[in-house]
Amino acid sequence: MAAQIKYADVEVGTELPAASFPVTRATLVQYAGASGDFNPIHWNEKFAKEVGLPDVIAHGMFTMAEAIRVVTDWVGDPGAVVEYGVRFTKPVVVPNDDRGGLIEVTAKVAAKLDDNRVRVDLTAMSAGQKVLGMSRAVVALA
Amino acid sequence: MALDQSFVGRSYPPTDPYEVGREKIREFAVAVGDANPVYTDPEAAKAHGHADVIAPPTFVFAITFKAAGQVVADPQLGLDYSRVVHGDQKFAYSRPVRAGDRLSVTSTIEAVKSLAGNDIIDIRGEVHDETGEHVVTAWTKLVSRAPEEA
Repeated sequence: MAAQIKYADVEVGTELPAASFPVTRATLVQYAGASGDFNPIHWNEKFAKEVGLPDVIAHGMFTMAEAIRVVTDWVGDPGAVVEYGVRFTKPVVVPNDDRGGLIEVTAKVAAKLDDNRVRVDLTAMSAGQKVLGMSRAVVALA
Repeated sequence: MALDQSFVGRSYPPTDPYEVGREKIREFAVAVGDANPVYTDPEAAKAHGHADVIAPPTFVFAITFKAAGQVVADPQLGLDYSRVVHGDQKFAYSRPVRAGDRLSVTSTIEAVKSLAGNDIIDIRGEVHDETGEHVVTAWTKLVSRAPEEA
């Protein structure tokens, strides 16, 4: 592991650089192909509405993949991530327009653990709603 | 429909190995828009001490979820997959997944519950490489939503 952030340089409350991730219908089609998850709720508006959704929604695993980028961009080496967990609380709705949806992610150090590890708590919002809950990562720092 | 409680603790046989390819990792990294060179450039990965390019943290879900498919599709369990949504997801890594890995998944049903008409199942997938070394454990909570009242 080769994290670029030193354990000694962070404290509880240290904020990681925030980031926003746009998601369009094209993004979801590409993610479906790469992940093998072809559930039509992620690309077929008619189907999504028939099963009671407001519109096409992003794959929960896509949102989970974007949120951890705030952590991996911070530490440099994604191999430093020791644990990562989320609860899917609300869907990320992706309208069929030029802009699509936006996932806004903030994160801060919530605890300093043994062995140069820290717990980072993440917040992911879309359209003013919290889309991930209990979103936490444990990262090994230098 | 209440799920069969006798399934708690049941394990399924290890899956046939999934071979992790550099280009599949690249395709995934591009799809999530992540330009970190450790996913695509073997030299950048080596600079961080990895034997080959590594996969983004959530990449392994495609492998563990496919393995979980043998659980959710088990007709004896009685899960209505058409009503299933993803509740929680967690990973604990011994090391990152990397190109060249041949990964096998052993799935175990950790819990089966019914809450307010929803069927909830917790599945643990233990992922090992071809040498038997533990790579990652994935915990997946699936919720089969209660049917709407007629």
